[in-house]
Amino acid sequence: MSIQEFLQHLANGTSLGSLYALIAIGYTLVYGILRLINFAHGEIFMLGAYIAYYGIFFTPLPWWLVFILASVLTGLIGLLLEKIAYKPLRNSPRITILISAIGASFLFQNLGILIFSGRPKAFPAPAFLNGVLNIGGVSVGTISLIIPVVTIILLVLLTFIIQKTKTGMAMRALSKDYEAASLMGIDINKVISFTFFIGSFLAAVGGIMWGIKYLQLVPHMGVMPGLKCFIAAVIGGIGNITGAVIGGFILGLGEIMLIAFLPTLTGYRDAFAFILLILILLVKPTGLMGEKIAEKV
Amino acid sequence: MLKIDNVTMRFGGVVAVNQFSAKIDPGEIVGLIGPNGAGKTTVFNMVTGVYKPTSGDIIFTPNGTSQSIINLRPDQIAQIGICRTFQNIRLFKELTVLDNVFIGSHLRLKSGIFSSVLRLPNYTKQEKAMYEKAKYLLEKVGLYEEKDEKSFSLPYGKQRRLEIARALATDPKLLLLDEPAAGMNPQETQELMEFIENIKEEFDLTIFLIEHHMEVVMGICDRIYVLDQGAHIADGDPLEIQNNPKVIEAYLGVD
Amino acid sequence: MKDNKIIKYIICVVVAIIAMIFLNFVLDSYKVRVLNLCFIYIILGLSMNLINGFTGLFSLGHAGFMAIGAYTVAILTMTPEMKEMNYYMKPMVSFLQQINMPFIVALIIGGLLAALFGFLIGAPVLKLTDDYLAIATLGFSEIIRVVIINLQSVTNGALGLKGIPQKTNQFFVKLLRDIFGISLSHSINLLWAGIGAIITIVFMFLLMKGSYGKAFKAIREDEIAARSMGVNLFKHKVMSFTIGSFLAGIGGGLLAVSLGTIDPTLFKFSLTWNIILIVVLGGMGNINGTIISAIVVTIAMEALRFLDEPLNLGFIQTPALPGLRMVVFSIILMTVIIFKKDNVLKSTLVKVRGRYAKN
Repeated sequence: MSIQEFLQHLANGTSLGSLYALIAIGYTLVYGILRLINFAHGEIFMLGAYIAYYGIFFTPLPWWLVFILASVLTGLIGLLLEKIAYKPLRNSPRITILISAIGASFLFQNLGILIFSGRPKAFPAPAFLNGVLNIGGVSVGTISLIIPVVTIILLVLLTFIIQKTKTGMAMRALSKDYEAASLMGIDINKVISFTFFIGSFLAAVGGIMWGIKYLQLVPHMGVMPGLKCFIAAVIGGIGNITGAVIGGFILGLGEIMLIAFLPTLTGYRDAFAFILLILILLVKPTGLMGEKIAEKV
Repeated sequence: MLKIDNVTMRFGGVVAVNQFSAKIDPGEIVGLIGPNGAGKTTVFNMVTGVYKPTSGDIIFTPNGTSQSIINLRPDQIAQIGICRTFQNIRLFKELTVLDNVFIGSHLRLKSGIFSSVLRLPNYTKQEKAMYEKAKYLLEKVGLYEEKDEKSFSLPYGKQRRLEIARALATDPKLLLLDEPAAGMNPQETQELMEFIENIKEEFDLTIFLIEHHMEVVMGICDRIYVLDQGAHIADGDPLEIQNNPKVIEAYLGVD
Repeated sequence: MKDNKIIKYIICVVVAIIAMIFLNFVLDSYKVRVLNLCFIYIILGLSMNLINGFTGLFSLGHAGFMAIGAYTVAILTMTPEMKEMNYYMKPMVSFLQQINMPFIVALIIGGLLAALFGFLIGAPVLKLTDDYLAIATLGFSEIIRVVIINLQSVTNGALGLKGIPQKTNQFFVKLLRDIFGISLSHSINLLWAGIGAIITIVFMFLLMKGSYGKAFKAIREDEIAARSMGVNLFKHKVMSFTIGSFLAGIGGGLLAVSLGTIDPTLFKFSLTWNIILIVVLGGMGNINGTIISAIVVTIAMEALRFLDEPLNLGFIQTPALPGLRMVVFSIILMTVIIFKKDNVLKSTLVKVRGRYAKN
């Protein structure tokens, strides 16, 4: 493999890793607070892409405004999802709320087939985003360079929100000790809604950039990235945002490099994440950045 | 029977129990008291294998031979004869009162899962004995009438007694009771004390108990250990403890 | 008294088998197929209920275990000629190519293989909390699919397998002909799935009646208490999970025969989803409820197929609406789960009375 090829793969892996990181954050935020695997998160990602698609076709707005509005709208859908499907079950056995999450995921997928139709749609990406840059013999899609940049900007913003704002502080308090925080007068519902909004917003940004990069939308496009990003969150240590980002990059880069170095295994690409998951669970079940929580008896 | 040797339990930066030692002889009733958050339940959790002590050792001597139990799982510890009740009652809620006690003797079952499904005579004989024993224990704790009710429907005091019956079904040598009198009125407390003395004699038990009701502790314990903020501050017979200035200080917070 | 009861049960079973043979001749082939599916879903529903409902674990890998059972049965029972026709892209591994076994042997091997995989996946993951089991099993069932797609020389990859022998009871046909002088033109397909369902039902009742079944429930109710009472959590979880996987493999094998054609897309997560729906509607940890809900859901899934097709209501015509049927089922699932909340143990479809209600 030439150095150019390697750099090309590196760029691809980094952009895929960035996308995974964006989606994984949503899982990790929600899990940190509610101890819930939001199975519908992958479908939120899918919705983000489709909403942007329809926004570009049916509104006269410029593309960047459509992308922002679509992300906000998807964030609100995520917030609504929590209100309808998870909030009534907050004090129920965990298995109940997991089933609700799976139900929601399936509902979104099939609504997608019903409303958007099952046939693939071509994402109408602005032309300059689809260009190819040639830097010293390495040709890389423009979008592959933009994705990491957008991701870093969003991560900086998120870190600011979580570290500096009051809501961010409340989020951290809730994920440290749910009961104590609720006794301290934190408005739990508000914080949870905000968490779902943020997570879904980031997933939608991921979905839109996914659409620009891979150009094709289908209603079940969220399933695999959804599962993989949950795995990324677990690998990084679920509940830990830095961990989710690291996990996302490990998965994204790992996947691309696997194909690059062992092309015969290309067909097994989707199995890579799951095998990594099982290995991590065997070696370090709390993930790379996770802390062990002692159970209360 | 049980020797707790200099155990320390640390959670992150918090030291829940600090270099605690205790010794329980066969046939004794030993109390463990201390203010809230003193680390009493943590001691129980270490003895029953829920937590592994950060340092120190716990030696169990059920019948002459000693063994360290800090590396055993909770179910292995139950197997060799230590069983417990829980401070915040942990019954199998959706199961009947009878089944709750029945499961207590599951660990002594010597048949595999397929003999149970095929209901081979070897299994059914054991199952029958398990039910007999469960019923006997329910009679003993005065819950026979309620045997077919779901356990969560029992009133609080009866749930506590059911937990004791369930623990007895495991054939323990050493029984750990975590606040057995919590939430009981004076009369129930009195009955409980007689009951504990009684099962101790009948099942040849050694008992280690955590309790806040001083009349229980002073009434039935042969010896008492006092914990405060994870550290051992006193031990001795009830009279000594009552007059120990350190204990009074810990409880009343004199400074 | 006790013998009386056993005799009653035996009579029930015999009547059920006779009824099945009877229905097999009376009903048209479509109805036989639906009934067959009902039986298969009873097995699958109970197997998932054993893991999820009775033991309180959360497994999402049923489709994977079913795929193992289905592919094992298909590969082991298809004739060498049939295999040659199927594997035109890439020839089959030669020793598998030549193999040809009676259906029942293949089915049991399929179940055992599924159980083996259940054990291998369960052993590392069951030591962790339930969430990880959910993701790991879901991941496992996807891995199985990926492997099936890529392992062309064994599974024929994405092309799937066609022409799985559906006449699986030559033995009975022969028996009837030789002893009763009845010669049958078609085989009694219902029998295998039917008998499989009966055995599974009886198995589940006996298991739950005994000490191990109660230990499973104890784990579901309170793990910490169960293990302090000497229940070896890991051992019991692995047992429950492995038995559940075995039954899922059996269900998959029966499904392969009932359909006659299988391919990797059949074993997507939506297959697992159908079983979750059955278990939720029937009540977690409720045997009677699961049986009834398996039948209701299977028939409803078939009956509501029209939702996906163009509707002609006389005055109004709608275009084909693919996806509508599953939207309806998703909404049913979510409504049920949100309104039931804590009472997932209760069945939505039946009010259970008597002995089992107390268990």
